Amino acid sequence: MIKKLLPAPWLALALLIVWLLLQNSITMGLVVLGSILSLAIAWYTSRAREEEVHLHKPFRAIQYFFLLLVDIVVANFKIAGLIIGYKRRLSPALVEFPLELTGQVPITILAGTISLTPGTISSEISRDRKYLLIHALNVDDTDAMIHDIKHRYERRLKEIFGC
Amino acid sequence: MAELPFWAECLITFFLILGGSFALIGSLGLARLPDFMTRLHAPTKNTTLGVGGVVLASITYFSASSGVLSMHELLIACFLFLTAPISAHLLAKAALHLELRTVSATQDLRSHPGPFSSAENPDVSTESADNESAPEVKSNNQS
Amino acid sequence: MLTFAMQAAFLLFSIALLLNVWRLVKGPSTPDRILALDTIYINSLALLLLLGIWHSSTFYFEAALLIAMLGFIGTVVAAKFLLRGDIIE
Repeated sequence: MIKKLLPAPWLALALLIVWLLLQNSITMGLVVLGSILSLAIAWYTSRAREEEVHLHKPFRAIQYFFLLLVDIVVANFKIAGLIIGYKRRLSPALVEFPLELTGQVPITILAGTISLTPGTISSEISRDRKYLLIHALNVDDTDAMIHDIKHRYERRLKEIFGC
Repeated sequence: MAELPFWAECLITFFLILGGSFALIGSLGLARLPDFMTRLHAPTKNTTLGVGGVVLASITYFSASSGVLSMHELLIACFLFLTAPISAHLLAKAALHLELRTVSATQDLRSHPGPFSSAENPDVSTESADNESAPEVKSNNQS
Repeated sequence: MLTFAMQAAFLLFSIALLLNVWRLVKGPSTPDRILALDTIYINSLALLLLLGIWHSSTFYFEAALLIAMLGFIGTVVAAKFLLRGDIIE
């Protein structure tokens, strides 16, 4: 019953937060109106979502978010150094990354993470969803890079989504 | 601009200079790097963080000048950080599809290019063997 | 100090915009031009936010948010057009 009325509690919460940020103030009326709207939208769009996403460890997800934030800033300093010190000695590479994750949402999050972190951009995914094609800006040891991504991000995402 | 306490001015100055320098470095990378795939790295990371710095400065300014926490600029930062990887991914896909020329130092480690090429026009992937990148691929695989 | 920082930020973002325009004009391939346009809208959004701080007005926020959304859609549509030769399938 509660599953049917409240199909996506996290989505509804996110919508409510976005609504309050847009209004830029918190009053009782706004919270009530926003809750009604976000619950209605989450209920109405539940048919459009193909697969259910289960967060096994929500606190791990928050930890992952802050790890990502720190990594993004570090990545920016690295790229900035490369751009300023660029003297035709970059060694870019196109690397295949074997995926262990399954499911659309975890793979999407991993691809976004790869794009935002040091010197790598996820360019394409294979049709069977087993490989991710990564372009690296400056890499010496591609195996070490793959190991790094696997160890740092994919392991955590596996824990969070339990797959 | 309103009069602000000293700490707020320091914080805003820091964020503004940081954001501005990052945006400039991102655009410099866009103008300077050798081929499209490397150029793609600069704007997706640095320019996004540059806007993030300006957003933080804006939050600090409006919170300090009105005394109420004003967080709605965070929406822009969140939106940009969500969309930057998506547009980068699509552009990279388009570039791979068009087989753009890459710098000669690029190591192409695609072992089986089959599953990555689009199924709609399989003849494109066979034609790509005749392109500029092909000899480099072979030499890299041998070494 | 704040005035100086604002002016410096305006200058930095304007130079960034000029570099982007250079890439837009020169860009050897179409994806390059799309990428330059993408960077231009992000930089102009930051300039709008700066203008909001300069005038102490929150009205620029909505414009910046709209630019962020429409610019993203524009980039995606252009990239998809390159990829498939069609936008709505």
